[in-house]
Amino acid sequence: MRREVAAISFYRSGMSLSQITMENPAESGPEPWPAMLHKLLRDAGITNVAYVPDAGHARLIELVRDDPGMQANVLTTEEEGVAIAAGAWLGGMRSILLMQSSGVGNCINMLSLPVIGRFPLLMLVTMRGEWAEFNPWQVPMGAATEASLQAIGVRTFRADTSDALLETVAAATIEAFDGDQQIAILMGQRMLGIKKW
Amino acid sequence: MVAELDRRAAVAALLRQPGDLLVVSGLGSPSYDVHAQGDRDENYYLWGAMGSAALVGLGLAQARPDRTILVVTGDGEQLMGLGGLATIAIARPANLNIVVIDNGHFGETGMQTSHTGLGLQLERVAEACGFAECGRAARPEDVEKIRAGLRRKVGGPRLHVIQVKAENLPRSLPPRDAVHVKNRMRQHLGLQVG
Repeated sequence: MRREVAAISFYRSGMSLSQITMENPAESGPEPWPAMLHKLLRDAGITNVAYVPDAGHARLIELVRDDPGMQANVLTTEEEGVAIAAGAWLGGMRSILLMQSSGVGNCINMLSLPVIGRFPLLMLVTMRGEWAEFNPWQVPMGAATEASLQAIGVRTFRADTSDALLETVAAATIEAFDGDQQIAILMGQRMLGIKKW
Repeated sequence: MVAELDRRAAVAALLRQPGDLLVVSGLGSPSYDVHAQGDRDENYYLWGAMGSAALVGLGLAQARPDRTILVVTGDGEQLMGLGGLATIAIARPANLNIVVIDNGHFGETGMQTSHTGLGLQLERVAEACGFAECGRAARPEDVEKIRAGLRRKVGGPRLHVIQVKAENLPRSLPPRDAVHVKNRMRQHLGLQVG
């Protein structure tokens, strides 16, 4: 098999690298990081989570929805969550926002609110259009995501491994909610694995 | 044909004896109307982020289920956040009231006719989304009914449209410093500031 073909077949298998390097992949459970991330968010006092679904956030959304200590708001479009987070903070509640990179484009003008009002904002953005992407329509917004956020005044951090993600979220909750910062964490598509199709 | 309501008088009637109401106002005339009734720590005035008012209200309602929240916004502002009505209906906060001051026009930008001026009825949109109570007010006594019912729990959010004359009244400008207005509301609620 030519090397390119082998790579394509690996990507299409939907497995992450950690799964294929495990000695006994059949016994491995789901990725542990969503549960760790959920616990980390709880421990940081976040009790409100707004989201537009993405496959990369699917497990975390389930955990949030099953958690009686968290309110989950499903949105019709991502910028709604920016407004909800500001309102929640006015009332003393910590709210975060989950979306994929295509949703960042929808948020731009709404981000005026946390930027001008110095409302804490923490967005967890799963990247599309940057790694083994099968859908070319995801590429333009994926390529524009980081620059768009920075242009409107939101700071960005990248996380390309699950360890980096947990570390970065832990640091960002402090910056956002104790330091009134507006932060987006861009979760690399390479880490999230290949979308099964 | 009923005489059309004056928007400032309608908002004055709505905010008579506001007590501990937490008020969020949408950009443009609704912010001026709310400010004209007296500046309060319990008010959060928006000057931008069009389409956000009702959703800021949702976040506040979820954070403070013990308080009654009133969003006062305009038809144009709410039209930009139509999807938000679906989100609010599903979230179902029982302490959230949305009042749309509907003049059928985009008043800030040259009085172009809006969708509501061309026939769209926002209370019917809200009803279709699943709001617990929806209505349209065109007379002073209808506005008084909305005011009297603000704290009544009906098991979910309410949206009322108050139909008003299209006119640009003298502006009553609320503070534009969004941090200051945020901090004083949080301080009022006993939260840490700064």
